[in-house]
Amino acid sequence: MNSMISNLFSRYQLTHMLILALLLVVVLPLSMDIFRLNLVGKYLTYSFVAIGLVLCWGYGGILSLGQGVFFGLGGYCMAMFLKLEASTPEATAIQSTPGIPDFMDWNQLTELPWFWQPFHSFGFTLLAIIAVPAIFALIVAVAMFKRRVGGVYFAIITQAVAAILTILIIGQQGFTGGVNGITDLRTLHGWDIRTDSAKYVLYFVCVALLFGCLFAAKYVINSKLGRLLVAMREREDRVRFSGYDVSAFKIFIFCLAAVFSAIGGAMFTLQVGFMSPSFVGIVPSIEMVIFCAVGGRLSVLGAVYGALLVNFAKTTFSESFPELWLFAMGALFIGVVMAFPNGLAGVWSSQVEPRIKALFNKPGRTTPAATNSTSAPAATPAESFNPEEPSHARG
Amino acid sequence: MILKSRHYDSPKGARRSFLRKMLAIPAALALAHASLPALADDANTTGLAVTKDTVKVGILHSVTGTMAISETGSVQAEKLAIEQINAMGGVLGRKIEYIQEDGASDWPTFAEKAKKLLVNDKTAAVFGCWTSASRKAVLPVFEQYNGMLYYPTFYEGLEQSPNVIYTGQEATQQIIEGIDWVVKNKGAKKFFLLGSDYIWPRTSNKIARKHIEKLGLSVVGEEYYPLGHTQFNSVINKIKLKKPDVVYAIVVGGSNVAFYKQLKAAGIDMTKEHPLVFTISVTEDEILGIGGENIEGAYAAMKYFQSLPNDNNKAFVDAFKAKYGNDIVIGDVTQAAYLGPWLWKAAVEKAGSFDIDKVRAASPGIELTTAPEGYVRIHENHHLWSKTRIGRAKADGQYEVVYESKDLIEPNPFPAGYQ
Repeated sequence: MNSMISNLFSRYQLTHMLILALLLVVVLPLSMDIFRLNLVGKYLTYSFVAIGLVLCWGYGGILSLGQGVFFGLGGYCMAMFLKLEASTPEATAIQSTPGIPDFMDWNQLTELPWFWQPFHSFGFTLLAIIAVPAIFALIVAVAMFKRRVGGVYFAIITQAVAAILTILIIGQQGFTGGVNGITDLRTLHGWDIRTDSAKYVLYFVCVALLFGCLFAAKYVINSKLGRLLVAMREREDRVRFSGYDVSAFKIFIFCLAAVFSAIGGAMFTLQVGFMSPSFVGIVPSIEMVIFCAVGGRLSVLGAVYGALLVNFAKTTFSESFPELWLFAMGALFIGVVMAFPNGLAGVWSSQVEPRIKALFNKPGRTTPAATNSTSAPAATPAESFNPEEPSHARG
Repeated sequence: MILKSRHYDSPKGARRSFLRKMLAIPAALALAHASLPALADDANTTGLAVTKDTVKVGILHSVTGTMAISETGSVQAEKLAIEQINAMGGVLGRKIEYIQEDGASDWPTFAEKAKKLLVNDKTAAVFGCWTSASRKAVLPVFEQYNGMLYYPTFYEGLEQSPNVIYTGQEATQQIIEGIDWVVKNKGAKKFFLLGSDYIWPRTSNKIARKHIEKLGLSVVGEEYYPLGHTQFNSVINKIKLKKPDVVYAIVVGGSNVAFYKQLKAAGIDMTKEHPLVFTISVTEDEILGIGGENIEGAYAAMKYFQSLPNDNNKAFVDAFKAKYGNDIVIGDVTQAAYLGPWLWKAAVEKAGSFDIDKVRAASPGIELTTAPEGYVRIHENHHLWSKTRIGRAKADGQYEVVYESKDLIEPNPFPAGYQ
């Protein structure tokens, strides 16, 4: 087991993971009150989406501008389970039809529609959070990639999907809660998710799931699949001519990104206490791409930091300058993307890391020849192929 | 010797006085702490952001995003009211300081900011929200952390929270009086209902339909269009075919501009009142976008119009224009937002305390004789008793008030027989 991990992850990658873990598990919970920590938990749910985008866009070269769809699907599945639990006949006695969610009552529905029935079961809900977005992503991806639709066309189609789903949710308000979304969620199996202690628990669950996704993403990147993804991004035809079924890999990575997003969405619902169509549309989907771009689209850890930083900035700016904060955000995006095309992770690996390495390596320089000569040949093939550097700019 | 002893003494003395100072600081702090609650004891027992001479409140509206255009008026009105209250000496001798947060036209942001205002800033009251969606998003937050929200917009009803005071009208107040008037005075028999597709227009039209049918009259059509819809030609054709006496329109936001322009372009002259166009969703703010000449002759039922001829309103409009410029228009919601701080002040003073529970207990029965709309009183159900007026749109973008209900209309958020 240990050797497997060390095979998969270099020591540097593990150190970076450890630093992030220390930050999220120790530093932030100790230095923040629960209100702020809950906000961090919310930001982290976006980083699930950003990690998915690193795989799909950064490595696979598939730019999806509709990740909000999957975030929303996961969130809505969780929200409906919680809403059904909150809508007991006693709690909704004031309605014309007690026992159904309030928004259904407002829209003159008199019974729970059949497709929401299974969401009474927590087990089914957990399954649905993964399965619904995965199947939906599979349908979209098969339809597109099997026909070799890619690049800008694929991005446009994902936007259309986001727009369609938003219109569907808003239009079918009797079934979905419309513009208002699904609000006033209270308990999970009788456990009040609104209390401070529950928020601590949910935060740590969120961090744990995040690391699950991080490890899964790293595993994919460091595996042969990761290499193939980069190869596809750079020269799709060559990979195809080498006998690989390119579309199968694209479909897989797109579905994986969708599942990550959905987990984020479900955790969002739990921590924030509601879900609304404002996460499904085009604008939030593009915002999520920005988190990824600011963090660095080739680094899964960068994606986490990107989501955290952008949302921290958003909260801070908007609290300090309620009428001007959008300009500050715009400046931040433009500044980062212009100055550092590879995002924060790019700055780290090109500016900060070499200096740290230099600092640590200096004392050890006394016998460099022996160690270098043995390790160098083994390292060469891997190092000469550097997935962190896309060979040409992509439109 | 003396010199020497002094020489010995001084560092010791210095140290002692330093020590004494060190001791004195916490002592003074403790005293200050002890004295503050002693002074503020009754006024604030739950740790709200109230000091001896200030009290913090929150303003939570969208000042960015699509809703900014609608909500800006409310922000301005709330700030004006706070400024006027402070000029009069504040509330219980404390000046109001406001913390403004931006909901950014995004419901989750509203929830986040509401929580910040309650948990972090411990504000004694929050004036805010506009759309029902934003209110629904913050409602659980206000109920969980026991805050008090003053909500200004006319809305669909079906809600009554102990943590919200609804300063706008709920649907029955706006609708029933209006329909009665148009039936009685214009002899209307056939109605065509239409609206934007979300909960407020749908619930409002449901109430309208039930009332129309109760009166033994008929609804010849009911149509909904998504928010932001701009192609109303098909519904205008349907209106022409069905020949209703009244087109009852609850279109909101930007769609209004398209709807009224296309109605006019299709040859329906609203000033001829055949069909008569009746709305509950177009205030003076919306007319700015629609253009007065495009809606001239339409009727609206609301509780407030800028042109209301009374002294309170004149003073209010003058103060508003003095602060924000002569060209500004004031709609129904803006006026309702202006009531928020005043109603809160009255309740706090009646309770003698900023405590939310005491303010809540004191709220029912609070009356405001200085309201620009005339007179309002808080009902046990946290909505306002208010009059309903009917205005006729003029080409200059103002309404001419043609009718005012004789009595205050009781708010009834859960109307029996209308659900």
